[in-house]
Amino acid sequence: MAALVELRDVVKHFPVTRSLGEIVRGAHPAVHALDGVTFDVGDGDAVAIVGESGCGKTTLGRLMLKLVEPTGGAITFAGAPMAGLAGERLRDFRRQAQLVFQNPFDALNPRFTIYRAVVEPLINAGIDKAEHADRVASAFRRVHLADFDRYFDRYPHQLSGGQLQRVVMARALVLGPRFLVADEPVSMLDVSVRAGILALLREVRETMGLTAVYISHDLALVRYLCERTLVMYLGRVVEDAPTEEIVRRPRHPYTQALVAAVPVPDPDQSRQPLPIKGNVPDAREPPSGCSFRDRCPHAMPRCAAETPLLRATADGHRIACHLE
Amino acid sequence: MILEVDNLQIHYSTRDGTARAVDGASFVVPEGRIVGLVGESGCGKTTAVRAIMGVLAENGRQAGGRVVFKGQAMDEATTRRLRWRDIAYVPQSAMSSLDPVYTVGSQLIEVLTKRGGFSRTAARARSVELFDLVGLNERRLADYPHQFSGGMRQRAAIAIALALEPSLLLADEPVTALDVIVQRQILDVLRSLQQRLKVSMVLVTHDISVVAYLCDEVVVMYAGQVVESGPVREVLARPRHPYTMGLRNAFPDLLSDALELVPIGGSPPDLREPLSGCRFVPRCPFAQPACSLDTAMSGNGAHQSACRRDSEADTLRTAALDPRTWQRSSSFAMS
Ligand SMILES: Nc1ncnc2c1ncn2[C@@H]1O[C@H](COP(=O)(O)OP(=O)(O)OP(=O)(O)O)[C@@H](O)[C@H]1O
Ligand SMILES: Nc1ncnc2c1ncn2[C@@H]1O[C@H](COP(=O)(O)OP(=O)(O)O)[C@@H](O)[C@H]1O
Ligand code: SF4
Ligand code: SF4
Ligand SMILES: [Mg+2]
Ligand SMILES: [Mg+2]
Repeated sequence: MAALVELRDVVKHFPVTRSLGEIVRGAHPAVHALDGVTFDVGDGDAVAIVGESGCGKTTLGRLMLKLVEPTGGAITFAGAPMAGLAGERLRDFRRQAQLVFQNPFDALNPRFTIYRAVVEPLINAGIDKAEHADRVASAFRRVHLADFDRYFDRYPHQLSGGQLQRVVMARALVLGPRFLVADEPVSMLDVSVRAGILALLREVRETMGLTAVYISHDLALVRYLCERTLVMYLGRVVEDAPTEEIVRRPRHPYTQALVAAVPVPDPDQSRQPLPIKGNVPDAREPPSGCSFRDRCPHAMPRCAAETPLLRATADGHRIACHLE
Repeated sequence: MILEVDNLQIHYSTRDGTARAVDGASFVVPEGRIVGLVGESGCGKTTAVRAIMGVLAENGRQAGGRVVFKGQAMDEATTRRLRWRDIAYVPQSAMSSLDPVYTVGSQLIEVLTKRGGFSRTAARARSVELFDLVGLNERRLADYPHQFSGGMRQRAAIAIALALEPSLLLADEPVTALDVIVQRQILDVLRSLQQRLKVSMVLVTHDISVVAYLCDEVVVMYAGQVVESGPVREVLARPRHPYTMGLRNAFPDLLSDALELVPIGGSPPDLREPLSGCRFVPRCPFAQPACSLDTAMSGNGAHQSACRRDSEADTLRTAALDPRTWQRSSSFAMS
């Protein structure tokens, strides 16, 4: 299947405030949020991006929506380089690509009614006013907010977390997008509500034929949404494989640790001890070579000298590790 | 039993009337055990542990029931005497409970000298021990909280709670919102405290997987009441209350073959409204007219539940596994 989004060697550095010593030395330190990320998102696919806090997931999502510009590398959307999008073509891209925020409680303007929140993208996109009411109503129907007109005059604080997340989704869907990036769409929600939102995400993806990228640190959740998962560590993709492969046969030592750490709701399931220690290193000073090497139980001298490249294996994974 | 909570009633006065945040909850913590307190948000978990610790919000008061610690009924004076020494608490927002102006080490030393009567030298040595205990490097004692990651702050909060060697630790959502690896590291710290120091614990969480990993016993709360309790293995393998069955179904499981999660429709009731009978009626797929009557906890042995249809629990449990069952409850469309 043709790729809808293609990333080639994408780099994103954020400049940071320099310390006096760094100024004196003429150093220009930067946060290496993303360091050479390459992958395709096939048209109609659902791809998950997982990894620990700070590994660059949100940054990657924002780049794919052209909310920030890469420091290096190239991204294309439906074959067109995103760097060159401007004017009418950029507006068209903005209609086609939508974001569902990490936290529904922050995603909506507290002073706007629910109706206003959902109609706003239509106004911004210059959609004929005569169509607004119908399109808003159909977006609300899509997210199964029963008796939706009851919600129109309410404000975000008058809704529960689950209802809010449905409104946030209605807002993302109202323009009939083709590509959706959902950043931790359920991490702030209660367990019981979460299940409903996940089912809804699956349903809209199928009925609207969306291509979707789901960002999460929870592999257990991702399994319910995505056929394919990319695992990130400190700004790099370390493993890319079908989700079931990642969960059942993780190959990269970091993926193995991530899978071992996921708690399961069954007390009889014996859990192997966590194979790694310590924390993610500072993204300002990533270790040389493999950035996972200070935590990796298999690290060897080569891992400090040489950065492992993401390479395809015979069984359909892509893995960045010298063990492969 | 190190702790017995008996028919506890906690009321908050609010502009719109009294909220019965805890409405007759009873449970026990056996010596040396870890008890998980689970339920959706707003079910009264935080209120219950704050009441035990004697640190209720201004507008909260104990309207009934009692808390018995090591055989002694707690009143305000005993609570104050035991607080931090014998019973310690890691608050829900522990990550932000550290003071940004002082180094983490000096906050630890403050607790040891002020509350524990340690000399400064002894306090310094003890700080190193405590950091080691929770897996922090002693060099980090000199850091300010903002230099710590979320997981490190959570460890520091646990170190502070453990400073005076309490025999009971109350930890409110200690791993919620943390990455799975950090989460696991902290759960392992708590387990080693139980094993090495024989600390008893109440662990508040809404995550059944956390309970499965760490706890010996589980207490399920719904709308201010305990609806099911017992040994973790039994309760999770054979839940008897439909609410527990629903929670269990709603939970993602990395290893299960079922690729569908089943939500419990609706949400917990507003605790400011007068409620009677089973609080779960509007969301329960098995509700019957008789459910509007109050039902006490019952069961053989340690596994207890409060459901009118308890005698049919095995049948209900089978039905609860079918996703269609849950679309039947009246509040399904409203979540
Ligand atoms: N605007 C910015 N300026 C400077 N640094 C930034 C900026 N945005 C992100 N970063 C840094 O880039 C790195 C990646 O951040 P990002 O938000 O993408 O992580 P994430 O994987 O989404 O984490 P989380 O799971 O916590 O949401 C981090 O080190 C972060 O501090
Ligand atoms: N200070 C307070 N004043 C009024 N109501 C409160 C206060 N604290 C909590 N509540 C209410 O008490 C109920 C139980 O809350 P809480 O104990 O925080 O539950 P949980 O920890 O299970 O999420 C909720 O309905 C909540 O809104
Ligand atoms: S490259 Fe080396 S350090 Fe990195 S994951 Fe592989 S074995 Fe471990
Ligand atoms: S008492 Fe009735 S409503 Fe309550 S949980 Fe049991 S069956 Fe459901
Ligand atoms: Mg993020
Ligand atoms: Mg709470």
